[in-house]
Amino acid sequence: MSAAAGTAEESAAPPPPQKARSTPAILMRSPGFLVGAAIVLFWAFCAAFAPHFVPYDPLADDLLETLSPPSAAHWFGTDQIGRDVFSRVLVGARDILTIAPLATLLGTVLGTVVGLVMGYFGGWVDAIVGRLIEVMLSLPLIIVALMVLVALGPSTSTVIVVVGLVFTPLVARTVRAAVLSERHLDYVPAASLRGEGALHIMFVEILPNIWPPIIVEATVRLGYAIFTIASLSFLGFGVQPPSPDWGLAIAENYGVLVGGFWWTVVPATVATASLVVGVNLVAEGLQRALAE
Amino acid sequence: MTDRNQSAASPALELSRLSVAYTVRGRDLPVLSDVSLRIERGEAYGLVGESGSGKSTVALALQRVLPPNGRISGGHARVAGQDVMELGAAALRNMRANDVAMVFQDPGKALNPSLTVGRQMAEVYEILGASGTDAKDRGEAMLGRVRISDPTRVMASFPHQLSGGMQQRVVIAMALAKDPALLILDEPTTGLDATIEAEVLDLVDTLRQEFGAAVLFISHNLAAVASLCNRVGVLYAGKLVEEGPARALFADPRHPYTAGLLRCLPRAGFKGGPALDNIPGFPPVPGSITEGCVFAPRCGLAEDRCRTEAPPLYDVGNGRGSRCHFHDRVDDLPRMSEAPPVNLPERGPNVEPVLRLEHLSKTYKLPGNRNVQALRDVSLTLDPGETLGLVGESGSGKSTLANLVLGLAEHDAGGAISLDGTKLPASVHQRPRAAVKAIQIIFQNPDSALNRAHSVKYLIGRAVSRLAGLAGKARDERVVKLLEAVRLTPRQLPAKPRQLSGGMKQRVAVARAFAADPRVIVCDEPTSALDVSVQSAVLNLLTELQGERHVSYILISHDLGVVRHLSDRIAVMYLGRLMEIGPARSVLEGPHHPYTEALLSAAPTVTGERGTRIRLEGQIPSPVDPPTGCVFNTRCPRKFGPICETEEPAFTADDEGHAIRCHLPRGKLGRSPAPELAAASQGGAA
Repeated sequence: MSAAAGTAEESAAPPPPQKARSTPAILMRSPGFLVGAAIVLFWAFCAAFAPHFVPYDPLADDLLETLSPPSAAHWFGTDQIGRDVFSRVLVGARDILTIAPLATLLGTVLGTVVGLVMGYFGGWVDAIVGRLIEVMLSLPLIIVALMVLVALGPSTSTVIVVVGLVFTPLVARTVRAAVLSERHLDYVPAASLRGEGALHIMFVEILPNIWPPIIVEATVRLGYAIFTIASLSFLGFGVQPPSPDWGLAIAENYGVLVGGFWWTVVPATVATASLVVGVNLVAEGLQRALAE
Repeated sequence: MTDRNQSAASPALELSRLSVAYTVRGRDLPVLSDVSLRIERGEAYGLVGESGSGKSTVALALQRVLPPNGRISGGHARVAGQDVMELGAAALRNMRANDVAMVFQDPGKALNPSLTVGRQMAEVYEILGASGTDAKDRGEAMLGRVRISDPTRVMASFPHQLSGGMQQRVVIAMALAKDPALLILDEPTTGLDATIEAEVLDLVDTLRQEFGAAVLFISHNLAAVASLCNRVGVLYAGKLVEEGPARALFADPRHPYTAGLLRCLPRAGFKGGPALDNIPGFPPVPGSITEGCVFAPRCGLAEDRCRTEAPPLYDVGNGRGSRCHFHDRVDDLPRMSEAPPVNLPERGPNVEPVLRLEHLSKTYKLPGNRNVQALRDVSLTLDPGETLGLVGESGSGKSTLANLVLGLAEHDAGGAISLDGTKLPASVHQRPRAAVKAIQIIFQNPDSALNRAHSVKYLIGRAVSRLAGLAGKARDERVVKLLEAVRLTPRQLPAKPRQLSGGMKQRVAVARAFAADPRVIVCDEPTSALDVSVQSAVLNLLTELQGERHVSYILISHDLGVVRHLSDRIAVMYLGRLMEIGPARSVLEGPHHPYTEALLSAAPTVTGERGTRIRLEGQIPSPVDPPTGCVFNTRCPRKFGPICETEEPAFTADDEGHAIRCHLPRGKLGRSPAPELAAASQGGAA
């Protein structure tokens, strides 16, 4: 057999089996991920379509039916001005599920860029940006967000920008660590040896290899974003009335809790908690699947 | 311990028809099938095979420490007479604590970095029931027994303060502390330098006689196995295909797989000799061959019978067995690779060198105003079409030199790198494109060098477009041509690196280095991450491409066989300095530098015969504070006077261009017996 024939045969033979199960296949067999995904999809569906099928207009008051307990007519009762709590909770998913993902996206994109620059250049760039990040991280997140919102005045876009910026250093730190473990691999000098510049190496060579930690980090951040934005709304600096937003609904009604009118607050609380738990289950499932 | 006395007569290890399966995606993959072997007390048994052959699984199975998806699916493993499958939890723990010890490949990972060596040594004895101070004393005594010269100091050290060889000694001391019936060594020297490897092999050999422990030595390195073991078993695709006394087996293999492996080794002759043989194809996926001989698809002797009837382990006499129907015809095994006469371009004496390095130095600054000279005053030239082999232990400056040539690190002011007579800027980022494309590299590990996110098409195509400036159809055509030049097919274009085998990945790396007619390629350990059968194919490819394209190589390798096979000239480095440079034959046959002599004598050979080993005393000195005079004087076995400590020897070349940095006159320097004669006669027998 000649060398050429021998190696042609080699090329034809299947390579040794190295292919692991694909990530989606692993996810489909993870109960935690499936439950989390179901919760998130449920709320996403509500955010998109709830206004079309809820029994009442979430903004319509009914002063004859204020604070009525759960009944066949009002499944979750009504609030202080007689609005239907069930309808408000379903429709209330809309604001949070718009603002939180946008804020997360902003934080992830900025954080990825900052992290790539820190990890790739290292040296004094890394040192200076690293100290700045530590300063930002040492300030309580909600206080920073509050100060900026007080200064600029509350609006949806301000909330997105503020939460996105607050998340940037957290994402940057994760991305930097991922870049550092890629940076010592030989494909980086190999790229330099064909004359590639820093931008190409960062975004075309390194970035495609660090998607997994970025996706996990973004999902974890999304959970925190939901929580943070609900807190800001509760404090009056997030979504403004008369939106049926959950944080806002809790803020408007917690005063009557002591009177025993629990149904005005509990549904929004449970909704917020379920969404955060759902997102975290998805994050954990992704993390495990990508680590496998 | 309990039944040690009664089992004293039983073999240290007995595997009878041992089978192990891994469950992958709900399917059972048989990784070992029907492996039977015996290791008598005090015997050293070598288990060789390529990656994926199941040799490490043997070690794990006999200790019952298989990964969660692995299980023993049949047969028995008896350690010192006890069937490990039948032991209860306590007895199993007892067996692991007392009867078996294992030394892993990487001593740096086997030792706890946050505990002192003393604490870790003492712990072993404490588990065996010694009191605190007693354990410490015995630990220290044990370090002395593994020939550590200053055990008290080593006991107080942390693992990272010790060299790799020293760490491996500590691990071996810990393993021997329990006086095991069976010592398992899994690739114990793979990460070590040749001189240290030789030390560790010597040590294991001496200790085996001292302690009377049986040794199971698992390695892909045939020469290391040959030098240490009494008997050898060859594993292929989970089957023991051949077994017998080490020397007889390597001198006269009775299985075509063993014979093929031996022919793949570069061990005889210099550059310009016949191409290496190879074994075509891949090892089978476990369980994919249910009928006939597992090696039949790759075997040059296979006939119809081999594909239908699985060969039993034939007794071929002298305690040897072969799982081949045609074990008496192995000598007729045809060459699997063509041996084209390698037509090397004749280089005239007055050729202008392609690369000229003048007084290259590299100093790294350390905190505290200290400097490390990683490279000192290296001058050399490289002719077109020439291969320069660079050898030396780790820390000798080989990689620094390569990085300076490539421009990945910047040399100190005062040195110069010229390509075709033109001086180059120190950094690759400042070099013109023509210079960047002219000097390329093939890295050691293709997994690291090929971006796993990209396809083969992108990996090669990007290099073509950046370096050759081609785009569109012209680029695609060049990519296909390059693929064909490295014996891959366009079918591999969309594949990601993880879908390729190790050899195929390295071929992609070779294709990339050749993207735009390079003049010089640095080959940094190009085959050390590959199995023997794949290595030979890549070495042949490098030779062929050099003949076709007239490229020059700077070959860095710790494998002297590879260096001998490819190099026209060889440079020997120590502590950042060139100690010797000259034509390959002169350097290898001598007269040579005492350091070269030591390196050569350290390399084990498959014949299992080792000449008088020249031991290098002590460790490589720190480059922060190099010895005065000749830098090698602290370890030199031929140091003859104060001049060695005070004056750096001159580095002058003879008529052949053979320079040696030593005060001894050439007549007094060592020579090696022409090793290719011995190897060639043995190659003939194989």
